[in-house]
Amino acid sequence: MSARTVPRPYADPYLAGVGLGLVLLASFVLAGRGLGASGAFATAAASAVNAAAPGAAAGNMFLAEHLTTGGPLRDWLVVEIVGVIAGGFVSAALARRIGGRVERGAHQSVQQRLASAAGGGALMGLGAILARGCTSGQALTGGALLSLGAWLFIGAAFASAYLVAFATRGSWR
Amino acid sequence: MSAPLPLALAAGSPGALAVAFAIGVGFGWCLERAGLGSARKLMGQFHLTDLAVFKVMFSAILTAMLGLFWLSRFGVVDLSRVYVPETFVGPQLAGGVIFGAGMALAGLCPGTSCVAAATGRVDGIAVVAGFFAGILTTALALPTIALFYGSGARGGVTLDSVLDTSQGVMILVVVTIAMAGFVAADRIERLMARSVAEAEP
Repeated sequence: MSARTVPRPYADPYLAGVGLGLVLLASFVLAGRGLGASGAFATAAASAVNAAAPGAAAGNMFLAEHLTTGGPLRDWLVVEIVGVIAGGFVSAALARRIGGRVERGAHQSVQQRLASAAGGGALMGLGAILARGCTSGQALTGGALLSLGAWLFIGAAFASAYLVAFATRGSWR
Repeated sequence: MSAPLPLALAAGSPGALAVAFAIGVGFGWCLERAGLGSARKLMGQFHLTDLAVFKVMFSAILTAMLGLFWLSRFGVVDLSRVYVPETFVGPQLAGGVIFGAGMALAGLCPGTSCVAAATGRVDGIAVVAGFFAGILTTALALPTIALFYGSGARGGVTLDSVLDTSQGVMILVVVTIAMAGFVAADRIERLMARSVAEAEP
C-alpha cells in the first residue's frame, strides 16, 4: 500500500479518553445531561410504530415516553447520534480508515460474523431497555455522576462480557 | 443557587439541538480516534490483549467526574440541574448481564456500532439493525414483564449516599481504583504480549 492509503494508527487511549471526558463534561455543563445512544433508537422505534399504526406508540408504556412532538429530528438524542455518525465519519476519513468490509475473527465466516453482530445487537436492545440505557447513557454518563445503578450495570455487563468472550474466543483467534 | 450553567435551553429549540449535534460530533470523533469503532479492538478488551476500552472509558469517567465536581465547587455549574439516571436495582443487574453478553457477541456497543457503520463496516451496520430490532421487540413485549421492569426503583441515588460518605471521598475512592486499574491494565497487556510471543514458533 502507498503512504496515501495506509490507515493512520489510533490515538493514545488515555488521550482519547480525556477528550471523550471533556465532551461528556461539556454535555453536562451546557445541556444538563450526559451522552446517550439507546435513547435515540427508542425514539426511532416509537416514531416507526406510530408511522405504521397511528396512536399505537402512545398505548405502549415504553414507546409513549419516547414519542417526540415535532418528529424524531427534534429529539436531543437523535440529533446527538446524527452528530456521532458525522464525527465518526470525518475522523475516519481524515485518518484513511473508511472502507466497506466485514471485520471478523480468523475462524469466523462472513455469515457467522454478521449473524453474531445482529444477534448481539438484539440482545443489547433487550439489556438496554431493562437497564434504562447502554454503555453511553448508563456506564459513561451515570458512572461519572456516581449513580448506583450505573455502577451495578458496569459490573454486571463487564462480568458477563468476559464470560461470553471466553466461551467464544475460538472464533476470534 | 445562582450558578449560570447548565444553559436553560428549551427542549427541541434550535439552540438545544445545535448543542446536541456538536456534542455528538465530539463523541463520535473521540470514539473513532480511539479505535473503538473496531470490533477487533473491543474484543481485545475481553481477550485481555488490548485494554484500550477500559483505559478510554475510565479516563473519560474520571475527567467528567472531576470536572463537574470542581465546576460545581466554584459555583459555575448547578449540580441539582444535571439529570442523574435513576436506579432500578434488579432490572439494571439483569439488563447488564444480557447487555454484556450481547456486546461480546456483537463486538461493538450501540454507540460504537454507529461509528463502525459510519466508517463503512458492514458488521457495524448489522449491529445497528439488530439493536434497533431488539429495542422495538422488547418495547412491544414490555407490558408482559412490567412488574419486573419497574422493580427495585431507588430514584437518582448515588454511591456516596448509599455508602454514607461525602461526594469528595467517593470521588477519591473512584480515582484511586481507576489509577490502580490503569497500572494493572498496562501490566496485563505486557504479560499477554509476552505469552503470545512465546507461543509463536
